[in-house]
Amino acid sequence: MTQNPYLWLIPTLPLAGAAINGFLGRRSSKKAVTTVALTFPGLAFFLALKIALGFSSAAAPYVFNLAHWIRSGSIGLPNYFSADFAFYLDQLSLVMLLVVTGVGFLIHIYSVGYMSDDPSYYRFFSYLNLFMFFMLTLVLANNYLMMFVGWEGVGLASYLLIGFWFTKDSAAAAGKKAFIVNRIGDFGFLIGLFLIIQHFGSLNFTEVFAKVQPLAAETSGAGLLTAIGILLMVGACGKSAQIPLYVWLPDAMEGPTPVSALIHAATMVTAGVYMVARSHVIFERAPIALTVVAIIGTLTALFAATIGIAQTDIKKVLAYSTVSQLGYMFMACGAGAFSAGIFHLMTHAFFKGLLFLGAGSVIHAVGGEQDMRKMGGLKTYIPITFTTMLIATLAISGIPPLAGFWSKDEILWKAYQASWVYWLIGAITALITSFYMFRLLFMTFWGDYKGIQVDDHGHAHAAPGHEGHGHGEPHESPMVMLVPLIILALLSAVGGFVGIHNGFEHFLEPVFGSEFPKTIAEGSGNTEWLLMGISVLFAFAGLILAYVLYVSKPYLPDKIAASLGSLYDTVVNKYYIDEIYAKVFVKPLVDGSTKILWQGVDRKVIDDAVNNAADGARHVSDEVRHMQSGNVRSYAGWIASGAAALIAYMIWWGMR
Amino acid sequence: MVPLSYYLVLSGILFACGVTGFLIKRNIITIFMSIELMLNGVNLSFVAFAAHWHVLAGQIFVFFVMVVAAAEAAVGLAIIIAVYRTRETLNVDQVNLLKL
Repeated sequence: MTQNPYLWLIPTLPLAGAAINGFLGRRSSKKAVTTVALTFPGLAFFLALKIALGFSSAAAPYVFNLAHWIRSGSIGLPNYFSADFAFYLDQLSLVMLLVVTGVGFLIHIYSVGYMSDDPSYYRFFSYLNLFMFFMLTLVLANNYLMMFVGWEGVGLASYLLIGFWFTKDSAAAAGKKAFIVNRIGDFGFLIGLFLIIQHFGSLNFTEVFAKVQPLAAETSGAGLLTAIGILLMVGACGKSAQIPLYVWLPDAMEGPTPVSALIHAATMVTAGVYMVARSHVIFERAPIALTVVAIIGTLTALFAATIGIAQTDIKKVLAYSTVSQLGYMFMACGAGAFSAGIFHLMTHAFFKGLLFLGAGSVIHAVGGEQDMRKMGGLKTYIPITFTTMLIATLAISGIPPLAGFWSKDEILWKAYQASWVYWLIGAITALITSFYMFRLLFMTFWGDYKGIQVDDHGHAHAAPGHEGHGHGEPHESPMVMLVPLIILALLSAVGGFVGIHNGFEHFLEPVFGSEFPKTIAEGSGNTEWLLMGISVLFAFAGLILAYVLYVSKPYLPDKIAASLGSLYDTVVNKYYIDEIYAKVFVKPLVDGSTKILWQGVDRKVIDDAVNNAADGARHVSDEVRHMQSGNVRSYAGWIASGAAALIAYMIWWGMR
Repeated sequence: MVPLSYYLVLSGILFACGVTGFLIKRNIITIFMSIELMLNGVNLSFVAFAAHWHVLAGQIFVFFVMVVAAAEAAVGLAIIIAVYRTRETLNVDQVNLLKL
């Protein structure tokens, strides 16, 4: 452990940016807002880079204790509990730190162009910086409590940014949905944390993990660790949009596209994966919990990918793709290959961030249209966007030698070692992924442009929120948006090379150790090559299938859809999951609240109790006021009878 | 020696007369006199007890009561005069402006 006093600056810098823009942005010039919004996350990025350069795979973790937070009980006694504002940086946090600050900074730059005409420009950047602060707190926390602060904070930032265009009903509703669904996950996370406090007496990562092994040796330990693991996974399901809590993420696409790229693709949604990987010590001792993680991840990967096939909104496709890719990461974690999961997290941040930014650039080019059926033929209009998106699509499809290939292959290989079922589903998902991604690419960039030509003053098909600024024909985005695309494209292309010879895994070895899972003997190298060959084959199969269906024979998809009938409808309607949730959870809750809690408890019990008490008092008073007749002799009578009653009582009482 | 009970009975009779007059009479002067009667009934029992138990406190109380009664008489008569001047009657049943 090495003290590093700069650690706390990394999250605090974006917070300063958020505060300055939040409080002063309204009165500042746009240039000043831009400067502040870019400087602070930029500084954080360079600080992270500086730390990274001096941090090797053998380095001891950096720690910094900023301030005491909670102190209860007395030191030395079992009731002692403490949690600090303390930061912790090891190889795992470093990877996350670089992804968050690096990709985050690029997306900030991109946003300058994308949001340039928005009237709430300063508000957007204030929220975006605030998000960076919370995300970095989450990543750099040295205890679960700090992590939870960041966890809730990114949830808040996500809510604010999804509902950024809050005058649009659907955006406001999507923000609320994201927040509420996340609450369900957080409920599990919190209970898990309470269990940890109860049985470990601490939330500090090092202290908790040191006590896991002794606890696992106890008879009740295994069940307890399983419970903690599953509860943490519930939290991860909410934040990382896994079955059954993934429903908020597709709706979250109501937010501005840079937000989708930063929060709902590259960073925040990976927090669950990070949390599971961070808690790997607990999960490794809880095989059932690990299996649950793997099953949820595998199912989500396949399930979300199938939905992605039939979506027509360019951002919705990417959203389901994100859900599916997050499923891959959990599949890896569940197979015990945490480093593979984090590797995919990193490469995914590059290519999915790029895909979203590219989609943003496309949407920008066609004046706010998000429906892919109204695009087409864009590759001649916006060649740079097209090239970068092509690279990202190749990367996500797992075509070598781009980044996605390395990480996805690593996951599938590790999944195969855990169970061939995971591998099979993962490989099928890879095929589907490749198919829907090339479908997106072909629908958007190939063929003829199907959008409506809009005159110079036209806002004809500007989606609400995104300003339609005079569109003749689709036009390339400004440089400020293209540079982040190009950088991310480079990263998507070469980012996977860190995984060659298990380099990435070795880097994370101080965190995850090398003994888990038991590495299969080198002799199985042939199997690895075979599996790799199959997954590459699948990727190309998806590509070719998409090419046939959407380029060479574009009349086929409709035919196939028609022949599939209700199955197709089910997929288009996302398996009616939202409708089922609405019927099973939302409606009973709303009805119960309306009929029982509102009209029953609130009106009949609480309101009536108050009203009846008041009515009763008035009625009694109505009767009693006749005593106050204004007649002196009647008063005298009351006094006399009162005195008589008092005396009678005293005599009777005295006699007892 | 007259027994204590005689005094108490007389005191009770005086007090009861006072209460009765207080309740049934309409003339405010009569009511006022009934109050004095009740006070004196109580006074009588005070001195009777004081003499019987040889405790001076009862007699002291009587002095207090007489002083308060004198003060009350002064104030009360003043009020009665004020009432008569404004209402031109001494009938308490007609002095009922406070009635609802």
